[in-house]
Amino acid sequence: MMNRLFEKGRMKYIFALLVFAIGQLLVVTGYLNDYLFSTLTTLCINIILAVSLNLITGFTGQFSLGHAGFMSIGGYVCALISMRIPTVPGFLLGVLTGALAAAFVGFIVGLPTLRLKGDYLAIATLGMAEIIRIIFLNLKITNGAAGLNGIPQFVDWMWLSLFTFSSIILISNFIRSAHGRACVSIREDEIAAESIGIHATKYKVTAFVIGAFFAGIAGGLYASYFYFLRPTLFGFSRSIDILVIVVLGGIGSLSGSVIAAILLALISTYLQAFPELRMVFYAVALVVIMIVRPQGLMGSKELSLDLLKGFGRKRQRGGS
Amino acid sequence: MGQFLQQIFNSISIGSIYALIALGYTMVYGIIRLINFAHASVYMLGAYIGYFAMTYFGLGFVPSILLAMLICMIVGVLIEKIAYKPLRNAARIAVLITAIGVSMFIEYGMMFLVKANVRSYPPMSGFLAKSFSVGAMTITAQQILILAVTIILMVVLQIVVKTTRTGKAMRAVSQDREAAELMGIDVNSTISFTFAIGSALAGAAGVLVGVYYNSINPLMGMLPGLKAFVAAVFGGIGLIPGAVLGGYFIGAVEVFVAGYGNSMYRDAVVFAILILVLILKPAGLLGKSGREKV
Repeated sequence: MMNRLFEKGRMKYIFALLVFAIGQLLVVTGYLNDYLFSTLTTLCINIILAVSLNLITGFTGQFSLGHAGFMSIGGYVCALISMRIPTVPGFLLGVLTGALAAAFVGFIVGLPTLRLKGDYLAIATLGMAEIIRIIFLNLKITNGAAGLNGIPQFVDWMWLSLFTFSSIILISNFIRSAHGRACVSIREDEIAAESIGIHATKYKVTAFVIGAFFAGIAGGLYASYFYFLRPTLFGFSRSIDILVIVVLGGIGSLSGSVIAAILLALISTYLQAFPELRMVFYAVALVVIMIVRPQGLMGSKELSLDLLKGFGRKRQRGGS
Repeated sequence: MGQFLQQIFNSISIGSIYALIALGYTMVYGIIRLINFAHASVYMLGAYIGYFAMTYFGLGFVPSILLAMLICMIVGVLIEKIAYKPLRNAARIAVLITAIGVSMFIEYGMMFLVKANVRSYPPMSGFLAKSFSVGAMTITAQQILILAVTIILMVVLQIVVKTTRTGKAMRAVSQDREAAELMGIDVNSTISFTFAIGSALAGAAGVLVGVYYNSINPLMGMLPGLKAFVAAVFGGIGLIPGAVLGGYFIGAVEVFVAGYGNSMYRDAVVFAILILVLILKPAGLLGKSGREKV
């Protein structure tokens, strides 16, 4: 019984439930005040964004600099819908529609641009995010530069943890599926992957669309928690913020992304009073990581029980 | 018709500045295949050096622009030595991320030092404050200055690249680095030289923009930098004439979209052109598409 409970695949669900329960306890007992909760919300949103970008950049090897664009689509669509239908189903409908809209744009943009390689793809996605931002800046319905205000707030710990954990688990399951392994093989060597019959474009677009979908969810949560949206929130520097998390955690490690998001959230809480210094710190961190440890904190390893077991076994063998 | 000619002249001024920045992008890309995101920050730095030279040291235009070019040259070489050289053989994505990091470091470091507020260049005096009307057009002395400085710099660049030994080395390294090394070319100093020239041009562009638009801020490089990169890609990245052609083209697109269409969509049109060029002819207008070898 115990063995079945702790079977490999189940651990993450148990862990998720545990984190949810602890969080819920903190919320109910009032230890988590508004300030801490807003930090926690930012953290969860950053985790979703980083994990989804990691699927595109880390696992499939397609360098995207436009993740903020997908986030903004999710945010605006969710805001517009939940402002019309200010109920919980309306909010959920908004998040879902926003994510689907982001995925759709990801498909439209990804299909032609994913034929490009490396730097060219980075620039094309950057251009796409700028175009999306300028469109939101000029649309009547999104209220231009002033943005949307008074978006009804539905995000509480339950929705936040539900969306965060399901994003992480769905993406990690995708990566371990046959499709996910096909994506990784494209990262390793696109030509070799194609020569053994993997349809590279199809998998690249799939990863891109899934990444865009979850970025849309993150945008929806952002809109619903922070009441207001402005196009300037989704500029180039937002995409860079997400990229920093992915790179710091390790390109190709989901748990690395989560750890890096938590680390950076702690650092930026301490540097809150000096926003310029925070960016300078990010910049130095990027350069130093790339020079000293280009694979990031975790490399492509995942934090799991297997890793701990592996350590134990190694030590035993070394001891005997 | 008068308005049309006026727009053309305006687009030449702004296009010159894009061309100067694009040259740095294209030369660096040609030689080490790197999108040097820090280039736009060097351009911003040039604008600030010009500002400080004119406001606090009371220097004239010519000494200011020369000083800006010199300091930017040093900064460009230092960036290459500190941040890019250790990664010469690393994955390209690693170098690209480093370039983004360096660019953020300069921009936000500058913001920390001089604060984020917009500063304005001192008013020009003498010849530079004049404007002339030709028919229905008004041409300011500053526009003539921009064009003149750009032409001078491009002629000098052309002479350096085409006739000197170092220029020859640059062309050789950009064609095939390993073969160039085997022929006894000092690749590292050639790369440094390329960064020096590109950064000096960016510094000059920064001062010209400061004089022309009269307002500078620490993040001023971001958008023009991206657009200048679009210009370089449009003309064919790695090609010096391509950068000049692309710069003037992007300048014209911007001025005409703003003049005859909706100025709010000016930047969107530029980026849409970028995506179209990348999809239809990734090698650029003047580039030849090579075959990929396995």
